[in-house]
Amino acid sequence: MFPLKSYEKAESVDHAIQLLQDNPEARPIAGGTDVLIRLRDGKTGYDHLVDIHQLEALRQIKTDEDGTLVIGSGVTFSMAMESELIREIIPILSTASETVGGPQVRNVATIGGNICNGVTSADSASPLMALNTVLQLEGPRGTRLVPIAEFYLGPGKVDIGQQEILVSFRIGEKDYKGYYGHYHKYAMRNAMDIATIGCAALCKIEANQLTDLRLAYGVAAPVPIRCTNTEQAVIGKPVNRDLIREIESLVEKDVNPRTSWRASKEFRLQIISELSNRVVTQVIEKAGGRIE
Amino acid sequence: MNKIITFTVNGKKRELNVDVRSSLLDVLREIVGMTGAKEGCGVGECGACSVLVDDLLVDSCIYMAVWADGKSIRTVEGECRDGKLSSVQKSYVEKGAVQCGFCTPGFVMASTAFKERFKDKTFTRDDIRREHAGNICRCTGYESIIEAVEQSMEED
Repeated sequence: MFPLKSYEKAESVDHAIQLLQDNPEARPIAGGTDVLIRLRDGKTGYDHLVDIHQLEALRQIKTDEDGTLVIGSGVTFSMAMESELIREIIPILSTASETVGGPQVRNVATIGGNICNGVTSADSASPLMALNTVLQLEGPRGTRLVPIAEFYLGPGKVDIGQQEILVSFRIGEKDYKGYYGHYHKYAMRNAMDIATIGCAALCKIEANQLTDLRLAYGVAAPVPIRCTNTEQAVIGKPVNRDLIREIESLVEKDVNPRTSWRASKEFRLQIISELSNRVVTQVIEKAGGRIE
Repeated sequence: MNKIITFTVNGKKRELNVDVRSSLLDVLREIVGMTGAKEGCGVGECGACSVLVDDLLVDSCIYMAVWADGKSIRTVEGECRDGKLSSVQKSYVEKGAVQCGFCTPGFVMASTAFKERFKDKTFTRDDIRREHAGNICRCTGYESIIEAVEQSMEED
C-alpha cells in the first residue's frame, strides 16, 4: 500500500488545476515511476495526489499550423519512440527515449514527469534543451510559456507552481528544420541505469561551415545545461579537426560536474570532453559536413 | 479511500472495490488471488511483477490499481489455456529457462509482449536482450531465457 492521505482523479487539465487549488498539499501524478517509489520510500510531499495518468489531452503529438511540434507532457517514452512524427522531425528525442530505464518503465513514464522532477540526469532534458523547447504550463491564472533553460531553478527544483500543470512541450520549426541531432548516454549499463553523463548536440552545416551548434549536457552541472560559451565561440567556423579539438577543450569551462558515488568529477570531465568530440563529430557527419 | 473499478483479468470481467492506495500487484495477489506476479524489488527495477495492461508490459508494483479501471490485464496464470502452455511457457520449460522460478512469471510476460510485438518482424538477439532489460534473473544467466524466446518465435 502506498501511504496516501488523499487521492483525486482529474478528468481534464482544468479539473486537475481545480483539484490542486482545492488542496494546497496536492501534487500531480502521471506515470508514477518516480512518485510511487518516493511514496514507498516514505519521502514527504507526495501523500496527496491529483491523478493526471493517461489524461488524453496530455498525450497528443502533433504539429501546429505554424510548424511548431507539440508534444503532450503525458506522452510516454514508448510513445515517443514509436511516434512517426517525432522520428521524422526530432529523431534525437526518439534516440534519447530508447535509453530510459527498461521497457516497463518506458511504457508508463512520461516526458513531462522526466522534466518536472528536475533531475539533471533526465535523458529527455538535454535533447529538449538543445531544441530550445518551450514549456506550456496551465494554471489558475492562465497559460505560461517558459523556455526549458529557464525552467530549471536548481537540483530537483523547477519553475512550476503548486497549482500548475505542465501541458506540453513546444518546439518551433526554426529550432528543428535543417538541424541534425544526436544524443549519447554514458552509463555503467546499457539499460536500467541513470546517466553518468548525457550529451545532446544539434547542428546546421552550410558549405562545410558550422552555421549553428547547440550542445547540451545532463549530469554536467546541478541541472541540465547548454554550453553557450562553447557554442558562441565556434558558430560560423569551418568544419575541420581543429574545430572539434576547440570544442573539446572549451566545453570544460561551460560545465560544473560533481563527484558522486557513480563517478568522480575528474572522470565526468573526461567523459564530457570525449563526448563533445564524438557527438559533435556524429552530428556534423549526419548534416553532411566533412571533417578534414 | 475506496473506489470501484471494473477490469478484466485474463479475459474474465471483475468488479472490485479497491483501496486507492493499492498497487495493481497488491490487488492481483491479495484480492484477485493470482500470485503469479511477484514482488521482488518493489521499485520497478527487477520486473518480477510484470503484467500486461492492454497488452503493454508494466511493473504492477509501481502501477496504481485504480489505473486498471476499464483495462484488460494479463498475468502468467492466463497464458496457459485449456491445460495447454503458451508457446513462450513451453519454450521456457524445454530450454530449462527456469531455475528458482521467482522471476519466471514476469519474464514470461515480457517474452509474451516481445513475441506479440515482433511476430511478423525481423529481430536480433540484441532486440530480445533490450526488450527483457527490465527483468532480472539471478539464477540462469539469461542465455537459456534468450534461447527460449528464440524458440517461441518459431512456434504459433
